[in-house]
Amino acid sequence: MKYIWSIYKKELRSYFNSPVAYIVSTVFLLLSGWMFFQQFFLMGQASMRALFGIMPMLFIFFSPAITMRLLAEEKKTGTIELLMSLPVRNIDILMGKYLAALSLLVITVLLTVPYGLVISFIGPLDWGPVIGGYIGIVFLGAGYLALGMLTSTATSNQIIAFILGLALCFVFFIMDKILPFLPDFSVTFFQYLSLDYHFNNIARGVIDTRDVIFYLSFIAGTMTISSFAMESETWR
Amino acid sequence: MISITNLTKKYGPVTAVDNISLEVKKGEILGFLGPNGAGKTTTLKVITGYLSPTTGQVSVKGADTLKDPQTVKRSIGYVPESFPLYEDMMVYDYLAWVAEIREIPAEKRAARIREIADVCGIVQVMHKDISELSRGYRQRVGLAQAMIHDPDILLLDEPTSGLDPNQIVEIRNLIKKIGQEKTVILSTHILPEVQATCTRVIIINKGKIVADGTPEELLSKSTAANRVHLQFAEHYDAIADNLRRVDFVDNVIKVEKAGERQPVYVVETKKDRDIRAKLFQLAVSKNWTLLEMHSETASLEDVFHQLTTN
Repeated sequence: MKYIWSIYKKELRSYFNSPVAYIVSTVFLLLSGWMFFQQFFLMGQASMRALFGIMPMLFIFFSPAITMRLLAEEKKTGTIELLMSLPVRNIDILMGKYLAALSLLVITVLLTVPYGLVISFIGPLDWGPVIGGYIGIVFLGAGYLALGMLTSTATSNQIIAFILGLALCFVFFIMDKILPFLPDFSVTFFQYLSLDYHFNNIARGVIDTRDVIFYLSFIAGTMTISSFAMESETWR
Repeated sequence: MISITNLTKKYGPVTAVDNISLEVKKGEILGFLGPNGAGKTTTLKVITGYLSPTTGQVSVKGADTLKDPQTVKRSIGYVPESFPLYEDMMVYDYLAWVAEIREIPAEKRAARIREIADVCGIVQVMHKDISELSRGYRQRVGLAQAMIHDPDILLLDEPTSGLDPNQIVEIRNLIKKIGQEKTVILSTHILPEVQATCTRVIIINKGKIVADGTPEELLSKSTAANRVHLQFAEHYDAIADNLRRVDFVDNVIKVEKAGERQPVYVVETKKDRDIRAKLFQLAVSKNWTLLEMHSETASLEDVFHQLTTN
């Protein structure tokens, strides 16, 4: 636990000491703000639904951008060797780095809260779905980050980590949108596996433990695979 | 302190370390000597637990590197070959971070960092970014992070590569100082380094240990001949033939040197025969003016060369 905390602090500082955090947040806010308000004025309703429609798509690009350097960079520069000479377990390293990435994502997402405040001045905003939307989007982002982390663990090339992460996130995003093309018996299975499907459940304002459990076990499963990937490096 | 039993490490079809066994005792400064690609770095990486052995065991102070890696890592400080460091961190912050993970109590951390900065000579760069450091300072920061928790065992992979001659001397002195209390294993392919710092030398070639002993013991294994170099002021008749007639002389080689008017005669004898007095008397009796005479004894280079070629 202590090791996770040390690694977490270092990683978070490294995000904010470099341009990474600022670029990610700024560009995310620019894109999401522009796309959201375009739809917002078209609909003419005091609602943030449109924003929660946009963010999952933006996350497909932004999550792997946040995670791509986490292990790939350490492997490229060789610092992984020093990191692993410290008495930390692989899972401590992964968890610390993962939580730092998640913190950056949460901070970025929270920077859109002022949109809600502004809208609530214009018209009556129903905060239920907004809060649900934020909780859902954090879970969704957490799922994408776990996938991005996995690809960063698997390669020492940040660009490969990014592209593979993007592809993986896209697969889990698209999964519940291609259900009509899938054989009937597998529909519920693929729907259940889709990260976006559970997000939509939560975003409706109903926080069902089943969705939460899905996200938590998805993240745990992906992290376990990452940990195996790290472990296998020592057996090369 | 460290015991390696039948260690083999393969990278796919390539055998990097081939069934080596080795005991390292407390207080030894062990030099791992070998040509590039001999398996030195791999062995060190297996000891740190960064790589897992294909077969065989490594245990550090009784703890197995596979079964109890945490315990092993606590008693080891490691400086990898290219001293990779986090470029975006300040030296002080980096050392403070390592100290935190190495579980140095918060109230003692600042004092310990100051102490280690002093020992490693990095006081003046503590508030610089690591990316701004020269190679010599990076190397010392690498040493500092490895020593901050006062480990019993220090593993150094090519600790002096890329340093200037003054820095090399400083690092060697530092290693000797550390070696008074701790066990140090360093890998190198630089021979004078071993003679200058190590109490024990292991020569490793193609993954196998080919020699093990103190530098002196290894020197005595050399079968290379003693050589005496002679240079005369002028050309005299039949120098080489006369030299050959001296007792115990095996061979005389005439070497023409660029930029010098007179050749150098290299006289080879069996080892443990000092014939310099006889050579001098010969020169006197023939009335030859001798400009220079010096002897060359067997060196670790010869031993190394013998053991690592073929």
